[in-house]
Amino acid sequence: MTVTVPGTESTDTSGAAGAAGAAEALRPHAEDAFAAELSALAAADDRPRPARWRLSPWAVATYLLGGTLPDGTVITPKYVGPRRIVEVAVTTLATDRALLLLGVPGTAKTWVSEHLAAAVSGDSTLLVQGTAGTPEEAIRYGWNYARLLAHGPSRDALVPSPVMRAMADGMTARVEELTRVPADVQDTLITILSEKTLPIPELGAEVQAVRGFNLIATANDRDRGVNELSSALRRRFNTVILPLPATPEDEVDIVSRRVAQIGRSLELPELPEGVEEIRRVVTVFRELRDGVTGDGRTKLKSPSGTLSTAEAISVVTGGLALAAHFGDGVLRSGDVAAGILGAVVRDPAADRVIWQEYLETVVREREGWKDFYRACREVTA
Amino acid sequence: MTGAPRARATGPLLLGVRHHGPGSARAVRAALEACPPRVVLIEGPPEADAIVGLAAEKDMRPPVALLAHAADDPGRAGFWPLAGFSPEWAAIQWALAHEVPVRFIDLPAANSLAMAAKKPPAPAPAPAVEPAPAGPSDPAGPSDPAGPSAPAAEPGPLDPVDPGNQAAPGDQVAPGDQTAPAAASAERMRVDPLAVLSEAAGYDDPERWWEDVIEHRGTGGAEAFTAVAEAMEALRAEYGHGGHEDDAVREAHMRLRLREARREFGDEVAVVCGAWHVPALGERTTATADRKLLKGLPKVKTEISWVPWTHRRLARHSGYGAGITSPGWYDHLFHAPDRPVERWLTKVAGLLRDEDFAVSSAHVIEAVRLAETLAAMRGRPLAGLAETLDAVRAVMCDGSDVPIALVRDRLVVGDILGEVPESAPAVPLQRDLTRTQRSLRLKPEALERELELDLRKETDAGRSRLLHRLRLLGVDWGAPAVSRGSTGTFRETWRLRWEPELAVRVAEAGVWGTTVLSAATAKAETEARSAKGLAEVTELAERCLLAGLSGALPIVMRSLADRAALDADVGHLAQALPALVRSVRYGDVRGTDTAALGEVAVGLAERILVGLPPACVGLDADGAAEMRRHMEAVHRAIALLSETEMAGTETGTGTETGTQPHTQPHTQTDMSTTGMSTTETRSAEPRAADGLRARWAAMLRNLAGRDGTPATPGLIRGRAARLLLDDGRLAEDEAARLMGLALSPGTQPPEAASWIEGFIGGGAGGGMLLVHDERLLGLVDRWLISVPAEAFTDVLPLLRRTFSAYDTGVRRTLGELVRRGPAADGPTGVGGQGAPAAPGFGPGLDPDRAAAVVPTVRLLLGLDPVPHANDSMEAAR
Repeated sequence: MTVTVPGTESTDTSGAAGAAGAAEALRPHAEDAFAAELSALAAADDRPRPARWRLSPWAVATYLLGGTLPDGTVITPKYVGPRRIVEVAVTTLATDRALLLLGVPGTAKTWVSEHLAAAVSGDSTLLVQGTAGTPEEAIRYGWNYARLLAHGPSRDALVPSPVMRAMADGMTARVEELTRVPADVQDTLITILSEKTLPIPELGAEVQAVRGFNLIATANDRDRGVNELSSALRRRFNTVILPLPATPEDEVDIVSRRVAQIGRSLELPELPEGVEEIRRVVTVFRELRDGVTGDGRTKLKSPSGTLSTAEAISVVTGGLALAAHFGDGVLRSGDVAAGILGAVVRDPAADRVIWQEYLETVVREREGWKDFYRACREVTA
Repeated sequence: MTGAPRARATGPLLLGVRHHGPGSARAVRAALEACPPRVVLIEGPPEADAIVGLAAEKDMRPPVALLAHAADDPGRAGFWPLAGFSPEWAAIQWALAHEVPVRFIDLPAANSLAMAAKKPPAPAPAPAVEPAPAGPSDPAGPSDPAGPSAPAAEPGPLDPVDPGNQAAPGDQVAPGDQTAPAAASAERMRVDPLAVLSEAAGYDDPERWWEDVIEHRGTGGAEAFTAVAEAMEALRAEYGHGGHEDDAVREAHMRLRLREARREFGDEVAVVCGAWHVPALGERTTATADRKLLKGLPKVKTEISWVPWTHRRLARHSGYGAGITSPGWYDHLFHAPDRPVERWLTKVAGLLRDEDFAVSSAHVIEAVRLAETLAAMRGRPLAGLAETLDAVRAVMCDGSDVPIALVRDRLVVGDILGEVPESAPAVPLQRDLTRTQRSLRLKPEALERELELDLRKETDAGRSRLLHRLRLLGVDWGAPAVSRGSTGTFRETWRLRWEPELAVRVAEAGVWGTTVLSAATAKAETEARSAKGLAEVTELAERCLLAGLSGALPIVMRSLADRAALDADVGHLAQALPALVRSVRYGDVRGTDTAALGEVAVGLAERILVGLPPACVGLDADGAAEMRRHMEAVHRAIALLSETEMAGTETGTGTETGTQPHTQPHTQTDMSTTGMSTTETRSAEPRAADGLRARWAAMLRNLAGRDGTPATPGLIRGRAARLLLDDGRLAEDEAARLMGLALSPGTQPPEAASWIEGFIGGGAGGGMLLVHDERLLGLVDRWLISVPAEAFTDVLPLLRRTFSAYDTGVRRTLGELVRRGPAADGPTGVGGQGAPAAPGFGPGLDPDRAAAVVPTVRLLLGLDPVPHANDSMEAAR
């Protein structure tokens, strides 16, 4: 027997909250924020759509990468990066394989997954946040214990998880930080992804996924102490690694923009100067991360830290705060040096050597970096 | 297919292909099967007519290349590579199997090589090596771009145009490296026919367009020939020769040869050539006009042969590579009987499994699905290389690029190596060797003999270089022997013996180039790229210098710097540095430019400088002994390096060492800040090595000054102190202080003993120090007395090892000093102030008496005759 999951029933609270919050929300859902673009795309989209998809794969890719529709509607790019990655991700969803987005923190994994779900299913809220304490119920189903005790096990007493609801309705479910979920809980996904069913032994029933169901998971591939996916589960996923920004220009741009936003929310005074330092921070991060200098002529060792764009942003923000509150208001080398040191030297022994090598062999010789070199020597010694 | 190509004319079957296109190759095969001609004409140098029969031999396996070179100058050569999936190769194979004659109809190599040599006086910089012959022939097409010849031979022109080329669209750009010279004509706007066509079709990538339209269509390319020919015709009508003016000459020659063939065989003639040329061949011109075009072309005597080729070289964008980025994939497309995507992904899975990736059949299934869906989404008729690799990455490799790199290297490019039958004519390398041997008057003899070379003489230097180059190429004609006489760097001794199998080695080495120099350079570069360890590259650098391969040095240096940067083991770095510094010195002797080398050496030293202190922590006895050896080697190397660097400038390190000891050591206690300030104050001057030396000293000082807590072995600390002292960078009382610290009661006796070994161990010099500085001797003596009885047996072997290395004389003197015993107490000696501050073993020196010899000593040393008053002690020593 197949149970129809009362999707509306369980969502009504969130639905109400959503309605009330749409206007006031600190951050609206993707499908609300970009509703106009989505409907314009749907109108212009004449290509075949997989079952229960709101858009064709081509239109989903366009939604993420940006473009101009025949009617002149401009679709803003949601993701700046290689086209190939988005195409593989969308195609994966179309082939009913689950999608695993990997990447170091700050590479827009969650962002991409939210927008994919919004574009494919028109709903990005079927979300399970993975933590070390995520229970099986969050992925399968739980019980309303008052009803369970009063009426015994029945489908009314069942509290479906977002994944279960997505299966029943043919929607896209999302699991964030999959590798933080305990291994035994992770493995409940195996049946869901391979058999596309979710058995409910207590009722002698099951939920069968409807066409259009799929799952997007994100995970961080740089963390230690996480629960690696079992190979059985891994096999159910197509993996896409989201890269760090491709060019220094992109990255400087992203960092400056984010820093400006954060600075405003922290009410730091505006700093007129400092682009130079931002560029420098980004350069240092990129070079150490990539293991090669910007001109491609010298190889370097890479430290153990991730040195993501997000960290560059926080180094610059910290430097700004220093400059604003304790300095002369201009972002200088000294303001970012300590932050950089903290980001680079994670392992006190090995990373320190790497950092010093970098200072001595690269920074010292570099034109116009003398003050930076000196500042770094000062904090490193 | 039959009808189509013919449609254009009742005349010959004109098969316009893309060089190295598997789809074209299939189509050519099918077309020939469908209406067999009586002769097959192929775009290629007619000289090859004579040796085309070899292609049918069992031992001939593609990829191979036709190699034409000027008879008197093997360095001037052109290659026409042919892979198993090249349409030309398919046509040759078909013709040989059906006993149909094959003729090559392009401009003779005799002309194209001569033109290449002549035309680009200035433009062709690289011609010497790769005159990019007529590259036209094609396959080489893109490669040719290498084209120095571009300007010259013409390849440039043709190729780019040949649709074929498109295979290597990149090339057209890439050729830039060398073809840059061609820029002149390039400016006149070369037309890339494929780019124009694909743009018309709405593709942004011409290569992809060609793949979709032609290569991925299986064998049904019959209409394609007509279609492509028509498209080319339209293009040529619009663009004329499209900037490839040398084509006119080549095409005139092709037409002449075609006419000839038609006279002989009638209309049953098939022509396989770049699609770009098809319209020209159909053109109605008179034989006279064509002959006129060909009149007066320069000529050079050439020889031609088959040489083995590799997929990797086909893939190379420079040199003779064909610029085919994915020969392995093309090979697969050409040879797979059906379901190319499924077969390809199965192959990939097999490779990954061999490399221990867990890849199951389920993975392959999913990868096929993903690749096909991707292709559909991208609007391509068949999943291509890009789709399959994307699918492999997402499904089989967990999104990682690392295994993909492996797939690219092994499958997309591939390791396939061609073979050539033994009956193929000799390779030019052998000729070059013979010529060089003659000019150096060095005869190959089977009898072993010894050869003494004086590198100051031109001929001898040339011989030495030749022998070193041959060794690099694996032709061990001479083996270096130990010089009997002088050990000067300008002398070399070789043991020569020519064995018959060396000829085979020479033939094998022919893959690397056409002259000994270019082959050795190419080989050295390849070895540098593939070398595993740092030491290997260092050695290679040394050999390059010996062999005078300055062309290979930049790449070797680069590889060296890269490996040094990634090597985390200070030991490896320390091992590499001395050899490198030697090379710098040696280069000086030979007059080689070693600036780059010096730079790398300084960089290496910097890394050691940073890495050494942490590496000295927590070592056991053996580790400490090894580290001490490294430290000493690096110390010497750094001194040598700074001397070398400063040889030109006036400031000798000697003066610095001499004057500094009393001033600097005391103030410099903190190593890092000192090091930095020293560097900075000096950075204005161009004396990197000098700063290096100062920083090295600062680092030693830091090591010497460590107390036991970061667990730096006593051996290392003692040695560091000693190296500083010998360099005059440590004042004597500072040394005494350090020794006092190391030998104080708080230190475990074995630790103290190893400090002593480090400080005064290692040969006679160590002992002399004790003889002359009684304070130090006193410290050792007192410490020894204070060692508790139970610890004494532990310490004894260490001490014995230290002291037994001393000369007999030193040991006796020490013994006498010790027997005299410590003087009563308090300062001894008359003056008191000149005597050692520590309780000594006898009366201190009498400064007045010692001063008496000072003038004589100064005279002997050639120093300023007026001694400083308080220098007497020093002078006396």
